[in-house]
Amino acid sequence: MKPRILEVRTKILKHNDEIAREMRSDFARRGLFVVNLVSSPGAGKTELLTHTLSRLGRDYRIAAVVGDLATENDARRIATSGAPTKQIETGNICHLEADMVSGAIADWNLDEFDFLFIENVGNLVCPTSFDLGEHLRVLLLSVTEGEDKPLKYPTLINTADVTLITKIDIAEAVGFDADQMKANIQSARPGITMLDVASKRGDGMEAWIDFLVERRAAFLTDDNAVSSARS
Amino acid sequence: MHELSIATSLIDVACDAAGDEGAERVLSLRVRLGPLAGVDHEALLFAFGFAAEGTMCEGARLLIEEVPVTVYCPDCDAVKRLPEIYQFTCPDCGTPTPEMRTGREMELASLEIDSHEAAHS
Ligand SMILES: Nc1nc2c(ncn2[C@@H]2O[C@H](COP(=O)(O)OP(=O)(O)OP(=O)(O)O)[C@@H](O)[C@H]2O)c(=O)[nH]1
Ligand SMILES: [Mg+2]
Ligand SMILES: [Zn+2]
Repeated sequence: MKPRILEVRTKILKHNDEIAREMRSDFARRGLFVVNLVSSPGAGKTELLTHTLSRLGRDYRIAAVVGDLATENDARRIATSGAPTKQIETGNICHLEADMVSGAIADWNLDEFDFLFIENVGNLVCPTSFDLGEHLRVLLLSVTEGEDKPLKYPTLINTADVTLITKIDIAEAVGFDADQMKANIQSARPGITMLDVASKRGDGMEAWIDFLVERRAAFLTDDNAVSSARS
Repeated sequence: MHELSIATSLIDVACDAAGDEGAERVLSLRVRLGPLAGVDHEALLFAFGFAAEGTMCEGARLLIEEVPVTVYCPDCDAVKRLPEIYQFTCPDCGTPTPEMRTGREMELASLEIDSHEAAHS
């Protein structure tokens, strides 16, 4: 026996990355634009998704996959929009992984959809490094969670392609400082697109829907229009 | 605790690489982590300890090398190290820059393995 050093230089999440990369190119071949929604617990992913699906569903064919630690509540809420919905119960895992998504969508004919939304598990750190094969990663930050979150949790925002400031209908009531929040977002991720929404009341929803439609159009005409965080 | 998933993947990658070299045991693993990979070092060390049980990595030392966050500053035309990972501005001239060069790494750099000398030939 003789100990020796073996150079490896391999990504630890190689397996996840490979599945994600394959899914992403499969989605691209089918013209399916995939959006990964991430946020801390309760920032409004399910609410946003429900309203997004019913608005976008007038002109596009949409499906949703929702990750949840233990319950099926979110999947039920989302299914009220009429879009095909799959639930991934993650148990004690605080994020989705590529193979969970690929398993959940396995029996769908993906050619039948234009958009696929993935609601990640509510967590501001864990989903960061897990590529799900998405084309767009959307970070939701609600007005109730404090303007300092982009600075305290810079990892997830660093991989996001767009941020949505949610629940702006109650911004005033909670003393939300929009300028401070936006400055902090830009500090952690200069140049990132920022949108304001109030999913329930409808504020900003049209701009959000237009943004999605534009991004999908760009994706269809350019294979390289894939989110900056992933390859 | 996503560190358990990461520890499990790390052990899979390490055991594959070590197995290919005919190793009997992994003595230590050197990993490179960028602060923006979102991995808590303590949590990873802890998760690694029990995820390694019953594998070739059992009892191995996990050595973590932290990679700094660096960005390219277009104004200085140089790569700079960020003092704060939530402030993507050049530390020298203050220009905001999203152009990250390092800081999101999460890789197995090398292994120290125990193997029969004949195994590889
Ligand atoms: N006032 C207001 N409340 C909202 C809005 N969007 C969501 N909420 C409320 O915020 C709470 C959490 O919303 P969800 O949509 O369940 O949040 P989530 O991010 O899906 O939560 P998890 O999946 O548990 O992480 C619910 O009580 C919603 O009714 C909004 O635009 N305005
Ligand atoms: Mg939800
Ligand atoms: Zn500079």
